[in-house]
Amino acid sequence: MKTMFQKIWERHEVVPETVDTPAVLYIDLHLVHEVTTPQAFTMLRGQNLRVRRPDLTLATMDHSTPTRTEQVFGGAPITVESAAHQIAELEKNCRQFGIELFDLRHKLRGIVHIVGPELGLTQPGKTVVCGDSHTSTHGAFGALAFGIGTTEVAHVLATQCLLQRRAKTFAINVEGALPAGVAAKDLILAVIGRTGVGGGTGHVLEYRGSAVRALDMEQRMTVCNMSIEAGARAGMIAPDNTTFEYLAGRPRAPQGAAWDDAVAAWRMLPGDPGAQFDRELTLDGSGLEPMITYGTNPAMSIPISATIPALNEDPAHRKALAYMGFEAGAPIRDRPVNVVFVGSCTNGRLSDLRDAARVLRGHKVARGVQLLVVPGSQQVKLAAEAEGLDRVFIDAGGEWRESGCSMCIGMNGDNVGAGQVSVSTSNRNFEGRQGQGARTLLASPLTAAASAVRGRVTDPREFLNG
Amino acid sequence: MEPIRQFRARTAALPFTNIDTDQIIPARFLRTTERAGLGKQLFADWRYAADGTPRPEFALNQPAAAGCQVLVAGRNFGCGSSREHAPWALLDYGFRAIISTEIADIFRSNSLKNGLLPIVVDEASAAWLLANPGVELLIDLEGNRVVLPDGREVKFQIERFARYGLLNGVDELGYLRSQEPAIARFESSHDRAGA
Ligand code: SF4
Repeated sequence: MKTMFQKIWERHEVVPETVDTPAVLYIDLHLVHEVTTPQAFTMLRGQNLRVRRPDLTLATMDHSTPTRTEQVFGGAPITVESAAHQIAELEKNCRQFGIELFDLRHKLRGIVHIVGPELGLTQPGKTVVCGDSHTSTHGAFGALAFGIGTTEVAHVLATQCLLQRRAKTFAINVEGALPAGVAAKDLILAVIGRTGVGGGTGHVLEYRGSAVRALDMEQRMTVCNMSIEAGARAGMIAPDNTTFEYLAGRPRAPQGAAWDDAVAAWRMLPGDPGAQFDRELTLDGSGLEPMITYGTNPAMSIPISATIPALNEDPAHRKALAYMGFEAGAPIRDRPVNVVFVGSCTNGRLSDLRDAARVLRGHKVARGVQLLVVPGSQQVKLAAEAEGLDRVFIDAGGEWRESGCSMCIGMNGDNVGAGQVSVSTSNRNFEGRQGQGARTLLASPLTAAASAVRGRVTDPREFLNG
Repeated sequence: MEPIRQFRARTAALPFTNIDTDQIIPARFLRTTERAGLGKQLFADWRYAADGTPRPEFALNQPAAAGCQVLVAGRNFGCGSSREHAPWALLDYGFRAIISTEIADIFRSNSLKNGLLPIVVDEASAAWLLANPGVELLIDLEGNRVVLPDGREVKFQIERFARYGLLNGVDELGYLRSQEPAIARFESSHDRAGA
């Protein structure tokens, strides 16, 4: 009896692991972006190596790209010079090594973890890697997907393989129906709150249970995306009809007879009933509330109606509250907010933008609050504009930009100012993540939008009645 | 890579849990296409005030920390982003080993590939090291042990293949490339369709 992880792992072992040597693991899809790869291409050049399988490699640019339309399409110079250099470097590397690239003005460009799924390249049973820790996102399709470092990027470019030890398995069971106003983001924040940010170290998570089965693919991606915030390199969800319906007809998914064969194979991927996991955790989804973080790592979260936890013996907790300017025991609700960011590989897909628009429609952003909405890809942008979501954001007083990582990481000119409080749909509230001195509260698009309207941390259920 | 067998070095301590790679090297310094020179930006936002002057209270800015090569930190060091710039920055600054009770997966893997030793020790030893910064340790990779100033030995494990590479100064890419016949066989039997 095998788990899904074990099945995928065994099918990709070029050479099985031994006591002395890790497995040689074959990689089916290697995604590349501008920030973590220049030094890998330099390593290849230094050893006179080629990219072994350019056909299994795809590059996009997202982290350091500007989001202002005039800098993307209008010919205005990219204001961050080092970012412009990095972008040019990726273009050069892809040209030289024969890798397909979605460059700055490409209509398929976007955040690497949004592009792979929307093209249908991310598929059940594949091994997917990228020099980015949120590669765990692709596990939503029943793929084994994990982030790697730059040296490993060079390994995959050169050999299409990685040296890996088999991880342990950790089942996360979430049963019950999520209450109205509780999003996939709230579910995963609650999970991380239980495991802690190191609880998944050395493990691959598999999310199971009725609450998980009921999620659509975009919501599943939100969940798997944040597996790394529990310390797990990968998180996965067994493929089912929801998965196949999402993939059917996507440009790079199998077509025709090959599609039928693929689906038949994918149906065999879920773990065998009774397969054993090294660890298990069970959560009641029906008891969840909208969640929000109050500290400086993603496990420092509470239900939005709760108070900020009392100080404990960990100096990191005291340091976090001092950084945030929060007091133990105080409610988080109604804390003033300066910036609201809707976007990122966690919550930058069409359904996330629809959620934000649902709250914002007919409202204005509170005075003094900056609302920035950044679609996860150019395809998401087009689809959102086709349904008029851009108008909803602009009419509410928000900004609507070109796709990219934007304010999730603040490498591209989009920053939160020092001391400012941001309610963000991204995945990391680390000190300085959104800008030096920025204070980040992670939440769902519903909560972010509600907080933008009130200018204070707000329970989105106030907007969803009726 | 230079072989690593054993060395003596003094410690500095950061007694916080869950130190993430955004603290080790903030994202704005990742807009480089090089790997050299990141040491001056190591822990930039903890080390320097907004105007660029060193914060005297930060552990690495204290005179006693000068020349230290071992960083002792709270549980789950290196969590967060996969940026290999984190071990590059630590090495460039002069660190040769990290000691904690838990080290995040991707950071650990990245460290091993660059000759920065990720050393996981038991709670009691870590607590002692955090409470006594500045001591000189013997880091003995050959013997899988750290020797404390009073002669006590603390055992640690490094994944066997990575340890072999570190002891002998060989990198993993050479080994992977030597597997080419097996890789080619695997591809032809699995009919890997193009992306
Ligand atoms: S959106 Fe944020 S977390 Fe996602 S890939 Fe970009 S920088 Fe990383």
